[in-house]
Amino acid sequence: MAATGVETAETATRPSPSPRGFDARTLVRPAVIAALLLFVLLALPSMLSTYYVDASTQVAIWAIVALGLGLLVGRVGMVSLGQAAVLALGAWVAARLLFATSMPFPVVLLASGLITMVLGTLVGLPALRLSGLYLALITLMLAGAITVVLATTNFPNGGHGFLGYNGSAVHIPAIRRPSIAGTDPAFFRYAVIVAALMFLLALAHVRTRPGRAWAAIRQSESAALAAGINTTLYKLWAFALASFVTGVAGGLLAGSTRYLYSYDFTTQESITLLAVVLMGGIFSLWGAIVAGLLLQLLPQLLNSWGISPDWLTILFGIGVLQVLLTAPAGLVDQVPKDLARLGRLLVGLFRRGVPAGGRAP
Amino acid sequence: MIDVSGLTVRFGGVTPLDGMDVHFESGTCGLIGPNGAGKTTFFNVLSGFVRPAAGTVRTFGEDLLGMTHFRRARWGLRRTFQTEQAIEQLSVFDNVAMIHEHSKLSGSSRRQDVLQAISFVGLDGDPGAKVGTLPAADRRLVEIARAVVGRPRVVLLDEPAAGLPDQETAHMGDVIRRIPEQTDALTILVDHDMSLVSACCGVTAVLDFGKLIASGPTAEVLRDERVMRAYLGTEDVG
Repeated sequence: MAATGVETAETATRPSPSPRGFDARTLVRPAVIAALLLFVLLALPSMLSTYYVDASTQVAIWAIVALGLGLLVGRVGMVSLGQAAVLALGAWVAARLLFATSMPFPVVLLASGLITMVLGTLVGLPALRLSGLYLALITLMLAGAITVVLATTNFPNGGHGFLGYNGSAVHIPAIRRPSIAGTDPAFFRYAVIVAALMFLLALAHVRTRPGRAWAAIRQSESAALAAGINTTLYKLWAFALASFVTGVAGGLLAGSTRYLYSYDFTTQESITLLAVVLMGGIFSLWGAIVAGLLLQLLPQLLNSWGISPDWLTILFGIGVLQVLLTAPAGLVDQVPKDLARLGRLLVGLFRRGVPAGGRAP
Repeated sequence: MIDVSGLTVRFGGVTPLDGMDVHFESGTCGLIGPNGAGKTTFFNVLSGFVRPAAGTVRTFGEDLLGMTHFRRARWGLRRTFQTEQAIEQLSVFDNVAMIHEHSKLSGSSRRQDVLQAISFVGLDGDPGAKVGTLPAADRRLVEIARAVVGRPRVVLLDEPAAGLPDQETAHMGDVIRRIPEQTDALTILVDHDMSLVSACCGVTAVLDFGKLIASGPTAEVLRDERVMRAYLGTEDVG
């Protein structure tokens, strides 16, 4: 504890011992991430079939949605079961803007993000009074209500202007895409870049003042108040940010599938989303990418192996149980640790000269 | 300086504070009393978590109860809780800096103020270390650093040494005693450890059943017959 080392006492009184030391490691991380991003953008689309390019686009989109929910659950401790409905709102707003206006696609994404931010923050209002199970329940109900309203008001399937409806099942006009990203591989790249921007936005929040305030609220609301934090403001801020990124994801979704149907946004989707977000890991932004992979790539893989994706509901159930019991920080934390442990075990076995496949005594 | 008069709190049929009057001038002051005497309720009123049914609280001439709860920290009211409240996922530095960034103080002196508070409590490890990785005594010291960073005016400490071994409690007492000279803040210490209270507090007030039953120099108060009775009970009750 206190007063243990002479050299450390000196460090504490020196004017600027940086708490975030500037060493080689601070540069390695961004470099690895940049290399990974370049690989995904440049090499990946040409290595994959159209089927998997489309699936990867969905991974990028749902990683953004998972990012929003991960912020709420992991950083602030607010459980929302209404994120699929918020995504539907974003997609709806974007689709209408794309049909009714000739605004460039990035502007539409921004607009759908901002409008969804306002609507999503309204959904978040109960969070000011409720927490835990009750907040989850209320957001679930609101999501159900939004889904019903969208279904009965003819969720856009094309038509003119803001409210136009095309009753024909055959001649539904496709939702337009950005001019530079008309093809599937190009749209995939576009979605990855937008997703990267959303992750940077989230990172900028988590690393600074709002992130610290959220961590305080998550630990204890009364302690946060006693620390001078306006908890109302920061809770709504979290809902606003989560809704913004989800709204942008909705815009991408509209452009990627080109046809939207209200039954794509079921309430069950929100629950499955929470499950994969918990599995991926809620304390790291990487967890959102794992969640996107679980949610959108795994079903396609199972499909192509001839296994029914319905098994996933059971698999995710077991997965959540596993994570809750053994790895609260999710797969992003658990898998590297377990791999390192496995590596050490294998190295140990090898050194002791135990034949392959044999057991250590 | 804090002036409390006629402070009353009712929860249904229970009255944890029943017309409490107390005055603390400066320095480190003790507030003791048996379990359920109303000490934590008093702190919760000051923090704004509990709305009193009656009474006034004036701190340095200002009406504390008229302030929104989260603004009281900006004004200079700081506190620690019985349960540990340092934020585990954040570094020691960020834990303390957070209080500074939600105060009225300018950001330009933040780094210096934060490091000063950290060294004041005697934490000499890496300020970038996550609080979750520290031993219990150090986590408690982080909370004290949070309470003293910048310019606090009133510091409320609710059993800051609970559960610590003797040696760490002694260091904690030493830090608490130095808070007023370091920051000029009025410090109120609630604790059941009478040797800690004696060591830190020049004056002490005693609460029992929500009323002040004694106050004055700590040594005299601890010898007071009414205080003995409150702690040990009387024959007809006990």
